[in-house]
Amino acid sequence: MRNQDASPPSVVDALYREADDWHVNAGGETIHAKRLSGPWRRFKWLMASVWLIYFLGPYLRWNGQQAVLFDIPNRQYHLFSTTVLPQDFWMLSLLLLFFAILLAVVTALVGRAWCGFFCFQTVWTDVFTWIEERLEGSPVARRTLDKAPMTLGKLRIKAIKHGLWILIGFLTGFSFVAWFTDAFVLWRTFFVGEANGAAYATVALFTAGTYVLAGFLREQTCFWLCPYARIQGVMLDRTTIVPAYDEQRGEPRGRVRRAEEAKAIGDCVDCNQCVAVCPTGIDIRQGQQEGCITCALCIDACNHVMDKVGRPRGLIRYTSLDELEGHSTKPLLLRARVWVYSGILALALGGILYGLTSLAPIELKVLHERAPLFVLQSDGSIQNAYTLKVLNKTPEPIAVTISVSGHDQMTLVGADTPVMADPGNVTPARLFVKIPRRDLAEVQQPIVFHAETRLPSGQTIETERESVFIGPNR
Amino acid sequence: MADHNPFPGENNTGHVWDDNLRELKNLPPRWWMIGLWASILWVVGYTVLYPSWPVGQEPTQGILGWTQMKEYKRGLEQVAAKRAEFEDKIQGMTADEIIADPGLTQYTLASAKVLFGDNCSACHGSGGQGNPGYPVLADDDWLYGGTTTKIAQTISGGRQGAMTAHQNILKPEEVDTLAHWVVQMNETAGKGGSEAGWALFKTKGCTACHGQTANGVLAELPNGDVVTVGAANLTDGIWRFEPGGFESAKHTILYGVNQHGVPETRNAVMPAFADAGKLTDEEIKKLVVYVHELGGGQ
Repeated sequence: MRNQDASPPSVVDALYREADDWHVNAGGETIHAKRLSGPWRRFKWLMASVWLIYFLGPYLRWNGQQAVLFDIPNRQYHLFSTTVLPQDFWMLSLLLLFFAILLAVVTALVGRAWCGFFCFQTVWTDVFTWIEERLEGSPVARRTLDKAPMTLGKLRIKAIKHGLWILIGFLTGFSFVAWFTDAFVLWRTFFVGEANGAAYATVALFTAGTYVLAGFLREQTCFWLCPYARIQGVMLDRTTIVPAYDEQRGEPRGRVRRAEEAKAIGDCVDCNQCVAVCPTGIDIRQGQQEGCITCALCIDACNHVMDKVGRPRGLIRYTSLDELEGHSTKPLLLRARVWVYSGILALALGGILYGLTSLAPIELKVLHERAPLFVLQSDGSIQNAYTLKVLNKTPEPIAVTISVSGHDQMTLVGADTPVMADPGNVTPARLFVKIPRRDLAEVQQPIVFHAETRLPSGQTIETERESVFIGPNR
Repeated sequence: MADHNPFPGENNTGHVWDDNLRELKNLPPRWWMIGLWASILWVVGYTVLYPSWPVGQEPTQGILGWTQMKEYKRGLEQVAAKRAEFEDKIQGMTADEIIADPGLTQYTLASAKVLFGDNCSACHGSGGQGNPGYPVLADDDWLYGGTTTKIAQTISGGRQGAMTAHQNILKPEEVDTLAHWVVQMNETAGKGGSEAGWALFKTKGCTACHGQTANGVLAELPNGDVVTVGAANLTDGIWRFEPGGFESAKHTILYGVNQHGVPETRNAVMPAFADAGKLTDEEIKKLVVYVHELGGGQ
């Protein structure tokens, strides 16, 4: 347009013609980002495919039942052959710690990788705009269609698009519910009105949420709704590698004109392609900013253009602020952060592994009777009452034998027959311990209750719990 | 308010104060209007479905027929249904049969805990730990027998202890000798009572209630039951009346238990809980199981 008098390389002509259409996102209009192929684009699809687990996972079977099932009404969480009961929930806090630190370490090292490649907001928006492009065409065509008056043809396209969006929203909600109830049963009951009311409410909420968030709010969610976007923004430092524009090399930017003139200016040809492909509509050349989700699509776009104009790639590339400014960079393994974060990660992971491998099939709790703390029996002994609670985490009823140790002259009353512990439940039993008064040296005598059982597999399981025997003041 | 409108063509109402403070006719934001109409629709929908308008004695019922009271009663029915499977079983069982079944025992203990709290704990303590003058229920020292049958009799018919006041029967030194003897018996589990004490015990009529061996048992029946009149077992370390010891024993011997016209006498009365429908037979049965399992049932 403006370069009629010059003789620029013909390849970038087309880019300049659309360059003025691309401008930085101010929230006023829908971002219609351009889609280019490239290694980062492929990487992005690859990473997004992790979410297939979310959709397909509930259908996985293990020993005849759903492999991963969070059975909230029965308070049982099935993970393959392991059953986790609420008592083991301390592991959840370690799991949350693990992922919180993982987020921190990844962000500190390679920027907002979560935002750019894994976040559901990013991935779902990506899929939604991909459908939009399939149906409505290129960004220019989409903008034209949006402005065009409503016709039957436009209505048809829009109806299909919104229908597909709602369908994806529905599948998102349905898959979520399928983790909490048997997935196959859910399919059978959901459409005939026999599923749980909470299931319908959840699916409705997710359908609406997905439709609105990925269909309309899109990058505005990252800008104004998402707290993690801001939190992650402060985790970056000078050594973090993020998609960044090499200002030293690129500036002063200028459009490609005559070859000799081009030498006097920087490598950036000001084609605005980096803005064009940006899903959040920002200009990476303005430096790191909160709107950048580090999805690296601008790297693909810029390399594309650099190839065309015959300049070296990497004007926009994954690099750190230190490197861009010519400071020395520390190798990964010499950075304290890497070690501290890795240490916490290893601790949390170790705790979870320990927990999962040491899940005891039975658990014993002992409650000492407080009113009265002790009674004097007619034979001159002191008696304490205890309520034992036996938790059976196995799927079979088991007979648990109770014994007690800690004092030579101790008699256990009420434990002649074993406690029959119901599966997945806590079975209480009231027992008494007697010690002759003359043999009682301490007001508080520590004692230990033992529970022993033989599983149907023949394996013998033991567990114990400390308690106290209380006598009168001497 | 200004008489003329200094801001014509501005879409204001013509109300202007302090030269330039004026009321505009701007429409409320659309989201606000949507919210307003949605709220109105909500109210209409709600009043159609749920009880709401106070018309006459009763509010309008709403086509769903829902009320908080109905929901509360449904909840009670659910609890009753859950309990019914246990209640139906224990209905036809004796206390001993319930105790033989650990599952039913646990249910009965949980159920009777409330009954015990309402009816028994005021005197016997929340856990059967007793109170001064009121026997401990968590031990195995029973005045009237610790079998389920005896406990049931005690709860249903109540108990009234009796012991003669010996202030005018025995000489002061005899009272002292007996009181010393009771303390010796208490400390030695019945083995170390003095000769003089035993002689008085046997000759002054004490055996009529406390038994020949002073253990409170008058006779043992072939089925293992014991015959008692509620007199204390003097051969164990447990005192019937607080605080125990010489002075306390002397007091009991001097003034007796439940003696009319003796102001210092000990009180030992348990009301009858079957009287006037205080407790039903089923409730008494549950309490029998509860008391029996407190720590000393026989």
